[in-house]
Amino acid sequence: MKNWNWEVGKRLVADVGKWKESWVWVEEPYASPDGEKIAAIVRTEDEMFNICVNGQAYENSFDKIWHLRFSPDNRLTAIVSDGEWTLAIDGETWENRFDFVWNTQFAKDGIAISVQSERKYFAAVNDTVWENGFSHIGDMTLSHDGQRAASVVQTVPLKEGEIVKFQQGCFSVAVNGEVWDRNFVNVWNPAFSHDNKRVAAEVRLNLYDYTIVVDGKAWDKTFSTVWAPQFSPADASVTAPVRIGGKWFLARDGEILWDKPFDQVWHHQYSPDGKNIAAIVCPQFGQWTVAINGIAWKHTFGDLVTDLVISPDGTRAACVGKDNGKWFVCVDGIVWGGQFDMAWQPVFSPDSRRVAAKVEKDGKYVILTDGVPLIEPVQALWTPTFSPDSSSILVRMIEDGKYYRRVC
Amino acid sequence: MYEGIVEDTQKAAIADLGIDKGVEALTPEKIETVITSFLESETGARFKTYADICVHCGLCSDACHYFLSNDRNPKFSPAGKVKQTIGEILKHKGKVSPKFIGQTAEIAFTECNVCKRCAMYCPFGIDVAYLMLTMRRLCHKLGVVPQYIQDTAHSHSATFNQMWVKEDEWIDSLQWQEDEARGDISNLRIPLEKEGSDIMYSVIGPEPKFRAQLIYQAAVIMETAGMNWTMPATPGWDNSDMCMYTGDSEMMGRLKRSHFETAARLKVKRIVMGECGHAFRSVYDMGNRWVGWKMPPIPVIHAIEFYDELFQKGKIKVTHKFEEPVTIHDPCNIVRGRGLHEKIRNVVHRTCSSLIEMYPNREHNYCCAAGGGVINCGPPFKAKRVEGDRVKADQLREAKSKGAKVVVAPCHNCHGGLEDIIHHYKLDMKLKFLGDIIYEVMEKTT
Amino acid sequence: MHHIYDFVSGPLVWLSFIIFIGGSIYRIATMAMLAKKKDGVVYDYMDSSYALRSILHWIIPFGSENMKKHPVMTVVTYVFHISLMIAPLFLFAHIALIKESWDISWGYISDSTADIMTMLVIASCVFFMLRRIKLPEVRYLTDTSDYILLAIVAAPFVTGFLAYHQWMGYKLMVILHILSGEVMLAAIPFTRLSHVLFFPFTRGYIGSEFGAVRHARDW
Ligand code: SF4
Ligand code: SF4
Repeated sequence: MKNWNWEVGKRLVADVGKWKESWVWVEEPYASPDGEKIAAIVRTEDEMFNICVNGQAYENSFDKIWHLRFSPDNRLTAIVSDGEWTLAIDGETWENRFDFVWNTQFAKDGIAISVQSERKYFAAVNDTVWENGFSHIGDMTLSHDGQRAASVVQTVPLKEGEIVKFQQGCFSVAVNGEVWDRNFVNVWNPAFSHDNKRVAAEVRLNLYDYTIVVDGKAWDKTFSTVWAPQFSPADASVTAPVRIGGKWFLARDGEILWDKPFDQVWHHQYSPDGKNIAAIVCPQFGQWTVAINGIAWKHTFGDLVTDLVISPDGTRAACVGKDNGKWFVCVDGIVWGGQFDMAWQPVFSPDSRRVAAKVEKDGKYVILTDGVPLIEPVQALWTPTFSPDSSSILVRMIEDGKYYRRVC
Repeated sequence: MYEGIVEDTQKAAIADLGIDKGVEALTPEKIETVITSFLESETGARFKTYADICVHCGLCSDACHYFLSNDRNPKFSPAGKVKQTIGEILKHKGKVSPKFIGQTAEIAFTECNVCKRCAMYCPFGIDVAYLMLTMRRLCHKLGVVPQYIQDTAHSHSATFNQMWVKEDEWIDSLQWQEDEARGDISNLRIPLEKEGSDIMYSVIGPEPKFRAQLIYQAAVIMETAGMNWTMPATPGWDNSDMCMYTGDSEMMGRLKRSHFETAARLKVKRIVMGECGHAFRSVYDMGNRWVGWKMPPIPVIHAIEFYDELFQKGKIKVTHKFEEPVTIHDPCNIVRGRGLHEKIRNVVHRTCSSLIEMYPNREHNYCCAAGGGVINCGPPFKAKRVEGDRVKADQLREAKSKGAKVVVAPCHNCHGGLEDIIHHYKLDMKLKFLGDIIYEVMEKTT
Repeated sequence: MHHIYDFVSGPLVWLSFIIFIGGSIYRIATMAMLAKKKDGVVYDYMDSSYALRSILHWIIPFGSENMKKHPVMTVVTYVFHISLMIAPLFLFAHIALIKESWDISWGYISDSTADIMTMLVIASCVFFMLRRIKLPEVRYLTDTSDYILLAIVAAPFVTGFLAYHQWMGYKLMVILHILSGEVMLAAIPFTRLSHVLFFPFTRGYIGSEFGAVRHARDW
């Protein structure tokens, strides 16, 4: 980010609207995080697919391309097929080829995909495929360093209708292809520890008892259900929302941490130092808000709270709320003025002082910083990014069909 | 200890692996413990009031197609089913035998479509469907659930869809349907994971597996109408929910969370769902409530409502009208469940040349007997299900005698149920979704 | 006889009213609390206008489909419930007693009207009984308690009727009449007769769910 161009000003990068003249089909464009590139999947006259980056297509086209996404470090990935499927990065395909590819995941400079070959399922990280394949893969996730993948896998073959066998446990977790030595009825949402060595997941031990498993070892308490676990960045502990007697609590290593009951607790998140935990909560049926360390904000939303984010210094939090069909941005429990047709996850500046968010109103998009519009409404926008010194904001936008990179 | 109905020639127990294995594993002690804690922790004012005030008047009987179709056998009346299940459990304070639990499971799972028609016929509005669902929840807790629907619930838990469709198979079938549909519209696209679209289109598990042409048709309708839409390439795409019907509320909540959070992730303004009834119930007033959402956090528009809107706004036009006379089967979950009956008729009037009504209809329709998870209990209970809806066959026959050739049934379960009824009673009528008809008569961009 | 009369017409009246009123309040209050604790949906989705809409449809004769399907039952039910309430509340003899005790009074109906109403209540009870015996779907649901309840409801009217016409021992009949009336009142909160107390709530709730949430009729 430091070496991105942070000079204030607006620069035309590509006239995306014109692309339609060159290709029979242009899909929705994606902008690179640094704003320097804009790309879209296009189809050529000969029914082949290609990717157009800043107006220029790659030399090679493919039979089929989907899921175009920029990695955080500005590499352009796409799932491509030339008879066999693989991942293409900046137009170069991986060596490995598969029968099917999906679910691209990014972390640091690592890239992972879920793949299927000859009805066997694997994860592939940075063009290295797991040695062992499975008959099912789900919830594949990449470690924080981008080097390892964990996934829910099926370890015992199961035919439809085999309910007894299913309830004996046919699923487990594979970390880099290595399976835990215990099976469960269900496993969901594996998550890596911050040192990337350990993995926790939610499991169902039988049809009724849910708990959290860390590296294959279950907590000694069970709950009527649980949600996804998280490792603390500070110590080795694991927390997860758990349900007891119809109410939700946050539990740490099996013990109740937030003792005030909520009607819902989920999407809990640690501050980078691990000292604070924020979560989306429902203090009362049909009322949603955010709780920090178990204390709920006073303001609640009737429809939905989503896109919770905690500031880099861990002292602030922001979210998107929805009430009566309208969307709002809420920071530290205070709702920004203005209601929107849609709002995107707010972004904190590196110094945690400022917040910016993309919102939509009447079919146009605006960036708000601390609740105030930063630019005039435009045709399309991407999530804004603060400069490392928090002073400027990178705006990636389309106006009259033209894509601009702008620093304000 | 209550042993249940000992001799009953009319209702011989049907062999089912799920029920039988479940019963085998039970002991009277376990039953009593589970029931006591269940009554204590999971039943409240509604359950108690309904149990306390039912005056045993039998006025709800005529509401139930099972009762009407089984020669008015009182055991099939709504209150009769409550008596045989919850009634006995309360009377004997949970001291009942494993065999009895097997019998109650069969009643709760396969003799009630939880269609709520009886709630409209009881003077006190006693909701027998709610009571039967409560009974099913108890059966779930006791581990006595019919095999087929339990397997479906397992599929939901492992894959987040009804049909064991794997993550890649889902995407693959969408891409395949996209290719197919390009035969109609050369630039047609099924946009996957297009964040910020107006609409997320969601379907039920059987669509990619058995009725993929419905996705293709929906894509053609979306494109022709110029909608900004998308479909997810992740689990969460399936809006269906058999866990709601097995009594596995925790899984029901998990499924709905995944569905709505997929829509929230894609930043869509609303979810449009295919022609399914039970899934609508799940997203609209069952699953969302378990999670804590009073109403769906992102509006869910049933296909019927969506088609009606497209016609009203002139987004789709017809080139001709569907020739054969049609009749309408009103699906419980979107009629008593959402009052969409007039919208079905609006769309039928726009697309069909002649409509022959069946009576009773609209909110007073008879269920197809497949709903409420009954068809999902599978082949062992098929004969009972089809025979339990003779009144529907009579209705259809009458519509046919007036000239109806096609039954419009905008719900997947209704299709399954009516197909069996039409076949069993040799009615020789065709079944169509509204989407089938719209696709056939609409003006398509090429 | 006098002692008994004094007892049933004095303290027992008080007792029965206390049980009836206190019991009704207790039942409704505990149910409301239970709902708050374990059935929050009842409050979350209750909608007064749709609740009222439903209640109205179900207290107006033939206001619902099902009432139209069972015209005889509908007519009997209405006649029964109306007579059951009007006859005792507006009977001259009752009003005279109340005036004597507390010096308050209200309009009354003629004795012959009351007599007819009494007969209607008794006839309705016979109808309900026959219905329980004859209709298989009702017989199946019926247990002894249903007949006992029917008897509890019929008793004050039968005894009142006999006392008024002085066909059998008048004194005894009056005592039995008062006593059975007291039994009925006291039974309301704690038996299935409590359907009168809960009708507005169950009806209102289902009416709200159908009307406000599901946009459908419930009649
Ligand atoms: S099938 Fe329908 S009418 Fe019959 S008891 Fe069940 S909910 Fe009531
Ligand atoms: S109509 Fe209502 S009160 Fe009468 S038997 Fe049926 S559920 Fe009970």
